[in-house]
Amino acid sequence: MEFSKYLAIGIFALFFLIPWVWMISTSLKNAEELSLHPPIWIPEPVRWDNYLTAFREGSLGGYLWNTVLVTVPSVIGAVLSNALIAYGFARIQWPGRDYVFAIVLATLILPDFVTFIPLYLIFRDLGWLNTYAPLILPIFLGSPFFIFLLRQFFMGLPAELSDAAHVDGASEFLIFLRIILPLAMPALAVVALFQFIGSWNDYFGPLIYLSDIKKYTISLGIANMESSYGFSNFAWIMAATVMSVVPIVVLFFFAQRTFIEGIALTGLKG
Amino acid sequence: MTVSQSVFSFSSSRDRRRLMTGLLFISPWILGFLTFRVYPFLASLYYSFTFYPVLQDPKWIGIRNYVNLFDDPRFLTSLWNSSYYAIGAVPLGALFGILLAMLLNMRVKGLSVFRTIFFLPSITPVVAAAIVWLWMFNPRIGLINYFLSLVGIHGPAWMGDPQWAKPALILMSIWSVGNAVVIYLAALQDVPRELLEAASLDGAKAMQKIRYVTLPMISPVILFNVIVGLIAAFQLFTQVHVMTDGQGSPADSTLMMSIYLFQSAFAFFKMGYASAQAWILFLIIVVFTLVLFRVSGRLVYYGGR
Repeated sequence: MEFSKYLAIGIFALFFLIPWVWMISTSLKNAEELSLHPPIWIPEPVRWDNYLTAFREGSLGGYLWNTVLVTVPSVIGAVLSNALIAYGFARIQWPGRDYVFAIVLATLILPDFVTFIPLYLIFRDLGWLNTYAPLILPIFLGSPFFIFLLRQFFMGLPAELSDAAHVDGASEFLIFLRIILPLAMPALAVVALFQFIGSWNDYFGPLIYLSDIKKYTISLGIANMESSYGFSNFAWIMAATVMSVVPIVVLFFFAQRTFIEGIALTGLKG
Repeated sequence: MTVSQSVFSFSSSRDRRRLMTGLLFISPWILGFLTFRVYPFLASLYYSFTFYPVLQDPKWIGIRNYVNLFDDPRFLTSLWNSSYYAIGAVPLGALFGILLAMLLNMRVKGLSVFRTIFFLPSITPVVAAAIVWLWMFNPRIGLINYFLSLVGIHGPAWMGDPQWAKPALILMSIWSVGNAVVIYLAALQDVPRELLEAASLDGAKAMQKIRYVTLPMISPVILFNVIVGLIAAFQLFTQVHVMTDGQGSPADSTLMMSIYLFQSAFAFFKMGYASAQAWILFLIIVVFTLVLFRVSGRLVYYGGR
């Protein structure tokens, strides 16, 4: 029993690990080693140069920087707006509130594919195509998933926290800022993490709105490398691919607990 | 709330003040809802009834787009491809998700290591995953056919073979099941120990405990994951767009609804036709969600509520 348990987990773990190993191994090969059959796992010599080539030939640095330019404001926008909105749904009793919240939840199943054509046309008419505004601005107006998540968290905080401050005549905004927000840091961290990953990994948005290759984000950038350079360049393209994943992996190792708790939170209280 | 309204005379003015404060807090959402959800939602419904080559104004043509769609073999193909993918990937995702979560729930040493191994692919940029898997699916020098050759199987051309391209995408989808694993694991940890112990005392075998205790107890979470999974499966886009250069190749075998819709809009500039496709996709998602909620009454155990 004990042995077969670890055997089963081990086999699955191998299935999940092999693509990583293969990805890193490929990124360190030379052109001939790429097409060896049977494949080799450890290139000889190890070609670290491929990573430099990815920066030089593939303008990887530019793509990474562009992605930072989109991701950082998006994370800030997501945290600020969703905290404010969720507070309005969680800790202020106003008539009709729960009906409006039901509308928020209903928009969760509205697919991007329904709205993207009119949105594209709006941003075209505003002259914002080929800028980062369409990728960043909507995030400052909240997203239903994060509102839901933060509302759950805010409702879990005891009512007495705000009651005392109300008696002292503090405004709702002051209570939000001084009392609730500092307590909500773990939940805000979940929002920040998820938005970081969402923006960093996004492909569809940049694909629609960005046409100038110099403005491409990393996902669009490596997809473009893959389709425009030939087979013999695959090693440094894979190096660029590794680099696109590194920030996500680093983030995960620093914030593992936040991740796991955040995901469990989203799944359980449905 | 009704008590305070009848007892205190100032309650209505207080209600009004609260309403104003509440609306002020959610005002970013109201603005976003109207401009980025309601307007595009209605506009796309309208466009779906128009002839709209992007550079001219939309012209009303009634339901002709919808009629044409069901005469369009490529659209029917895309409907079939998306259904095939969803029917393959969603149950498989639930199966592997629950299986892996159950394995991890058996008091495993090094739990956090295994959890990391299973979880990381699900937050990896989809484009990166697509490039790696495309390389692994390479018929000649790819890793998968190499492994198959070790056991004497001559592997197919995967993304190069209309028969095998969709199975390849389904196989690849298992790699990103980690998100569901974490959710299932949390649900499993909430199953009361006493229930399982009571079942053991009554002589239940391991499989019986899974069938009659564990699965019913986590059924709300399974339902949630299946709905989310179906919605996502019908919108599968990035993998296919990257792996086939936006073509849905070979021979339209990976032409998903989303891919064809995108082509209609940005390759053929038929905004009206694309909007009609988007609405059919949307209706499919709504129907699935409603059906699943309906059947959940019979299949899902909500703690006696």
